[in-house]
Amino acid sequence: MKSSASKKLNIPDFRFTPTIDKVGVEERVARIQSRSIKKESKVEGMKMALNMIDLTTLEGKDTPGKVKQLCYKAQHLHDHYPDLPTVAAVCVYPSMVKTAKKALGNSGIKVASVSTAFPSGQAPRNIKLDDTKFAVDQGADEIDMVISRGEFLAGNYDFVFDEIAAIKEACGQARLKVILETGELVTLDNVRRASEIAMYAGADFIKTSTGKIQPAATMQVTYTMLMAIKDYYDKTGIMVGMKPAGGISKSKLALHNLIMVKETVGDDWLDNEWFRFGASSLANDILMQLVKQQTGAYQSGDYFSID
Amino acid sequence: MAKNKQQKAKASKKKTWDLSPAPESTSHVQLKKKYELYIDGKWVKPTSGKYFPSINPGNEEKIADVAHADAKDVDKAVKAARKAYDNVWSKMSGKERGKYLFRIARMIQERAREFAVIESMDGGKPIRESRDVDVPLAANHFFYYAGWADKLEFAFPNRKVEALGVAGQIIPWNFPLLMAAWKIAPALATGNTIVIKPAETTSLTALKLAELIHEAGVPPGVVNVVTGFGDTGAEIVNHPDVNKVAFTGSTNVGKLIQNAIAGTKKKSTLELGGKSANIIFEDAPIDQAVEGIVNGIFFNQGHVCCAGSRLFVQEGVADQVIKKLKNRLDHLYIGDPLDKNTDVGAINSKEQLDTIRKYIEIGKNEGNDIYESSCNMPSKGYFCKPTLVLNVAQSSKLVQEEIFGPVLTVQTFRTVDEVIQKANNTPYGLAAGVWTDKGSKIFNLTGKLRAGVIWANTYNRFDPVSPFGGYKESGFGREGGLHGLEAYVKLA
Repeated sequence: MKSSASKKLNIPDFRFTPTIDKVGVEERVARIQSRSIKKESKVEGMKMALNMIDLTTLEGKDTPGKVKQLCYKAQHLHDHYPDLPTVAAVCVYPSMVKTAKKALGNSGIKVASVSTAFPSGQAPRNIKLDDTKFAVDQGADEIDMVISRGEFLAGNYDFVFDEIAAIKEACGQARLKVILETGELVTLDNVRRASEIAMYAGADFIKTSTGKIQPAATMQVTYTMLMAIKDYYDKTGIMVGMKPAGGISKSKLALHNLIMVKETVGDDWLDNEWFRFGASSLANDILMQLVKQQTGAYQSGDYFSID
Repeated sequence: MAKNKQQKAKASKKKTWDLSPAPESTSHVQLKKKYELYIDGKWVKPTSGKYFPSINPGNEEKIADVAHADAKDVDKAVKAARKAYDNVWSKMSGKERGKYLFRIARMIQERAREFAVIESMDGGKPIRESRDVDVPLAANHFFYYAGWADKLEFAFPNRKVEALGVAGQIIPWNFPLLMAAWKIAPALATGNTIVIKPAETTSLTALKLAELIHEAGVPPGVVNVVTGFGDTGAEIVNHPDVNKVAFTGSTNVGKLIQNAIAGTKKKSTLELGGKSANIIFEDAPIDQAVEGIVNGIFFNQGHVCCAGSRLFVQEGVADQVIKKLKNRLDHLYIGDPLDKNTDVGAINSKEQLDTIRKYIEIGKNEGNDIYESSCNMPSKGYFCKPTLVLNVAQSSKLVQEEIFGPVLTVQTFRTVDEVIQKANNTPYGLAAGVWTDKGSKIFNLTGKLRAGVIWANTYNRFDPVSPFGGYKESGFGREGGLHGLEAYVKLA
């Protein structure tokens, strides 16, 4: 319990987090996905979604050149379309933070860095802390950490809590996103429990996945996490952000996610301060849809830059 | 905390993201200005020459005029049904009857969109429900009973199965097409012929179904549709040549029907009112239970005989459940039944809206804590805000009587025995819901609750294979499944 924030809170016993009925969640999600989002609300929603993207490249083969290109794209999504918003952030490995920070300059776009031995998190705590401090020192505005899924599944919730709290301290001013890697947690009960541990330990955001494990950001998982955020807010008055990541590549699914945010935690979360999409190819699909709304016809994918 | 309050204040200033209207198109719908009676395979004018209007409760506009059948019309229809029974339908093999039913089922599927739109126009229910629930389920009922038509000897092994003859069927306005399917499909599958009367506010889909049955080539007189009010229904019930009365509607009318047919040889099944308990235990998955509560009472504006209209919450989670429920109520979309995003549509008629308002007024006078959804309301049409009646007593009128609207009474309980006693403490016994994470608790309760249908960790789920029906003043006889066949056959 190192985090200063956690001292003010009544930390619950994480063995007894609320249970989740999977069938019920599936029904609710199906209901949300039957919402019809058309015309102005569709355009408005897609622009909002663009502005919530963490444009991501997390590959072993990433180079400074590749990151620079991505940063240019982040600021110039599609110059043929006037008054488009920019994305929220660019998400990279710690070694690329400096390059990204420089390339983005004073555009207002944040640099997010994964850390804590991303994606597996299989490293000792001191190395995770060093990894985080390095990213922050390089200029990262946001840190995306992974939880220790092995410890979580073994029932060592205190270990997971303390680790998140320690990383939070190492983040300093940087906002902390805690990746639960829900594909490895398997059940929605576990997703709920991990969400609570992360929030009470000081997470600014909770995030579904690394993008390296399937399934990633399913609507069911995001719904479960949003309901946890809502309950946490009702209890503590503290807003926590949500970031589904991995598998959201179509604008329709992004819009369904937004309507889910609206109907669970409410309109206050419909802002990139509180909601993000971790995605690489979503931006282009939204751009294609936006242009289609203007012209009435789908353009070839070749008209949209692939970075 | 201070920082977060600032954040919150800043966030609240933002404008909200609202959904644009998404109305389902009505241009493909074919409706006549005036509907006659469907008797003996022909459209015939009512003897009295009287018609009444069918109103769209979503905008209070007239959709069409519908014939008002009197005693002479009903007599004509019953005679046609008798003739068709004697000469054609009772002589036809089950396999051939089944073919007609399969055809009807497929044709409903083909015209699903038109049926869904008319159902929402005429009855006020959200298009999402008529499209996803009413129409597909109606088709499924025909498919299901089509399959039984040539297998009756397997349904009742070692028994001789005979049809009853002419079935008089009277259906309510809450699920007009679906209730017609529930009544027609098993009756035809078992070899009976039919005189059916839809409710006066929702005749149109039954008349469209008559058109479809005609096009399917069903022999004349096998299905007759007579439209009208309670007097028309009484003529069917009292007609001496009707062998079976099947009724779905209010308990009061059900009692009148039982009186009327007492001492006759007429068989009957009655599916009447309800005041069903939805029980939430402390160990339930709370968020899903809240969804179940909403689905239990606000589905079809609460115009559901098995609606979970009495909520029982265990005290430990009562505050949490009520808070979440209020929040959920505020997020429901109420309005144009044809809008694809509408969650709660229009109240079926002016009369029903007045009845619901009267009950809410009683609730206020009793001093109950009433919570109404903060949702936007349309300026025209018959609408009622989803409403909670909190801290209400078991002895309150609102707990004891069926309101048949979007009004939920909320009571708390402490022990299992207490909730069983309270749940059973009603003249009705149609349905109940139980929400808990513990399987043993579910089985303990299902054995002790006096209700025909009990859902565990879900509510308002229907399937043609599953029998449906009530205990006590909620009626008798079962519809759906194998049990549904039994209501239309003589076994020797």
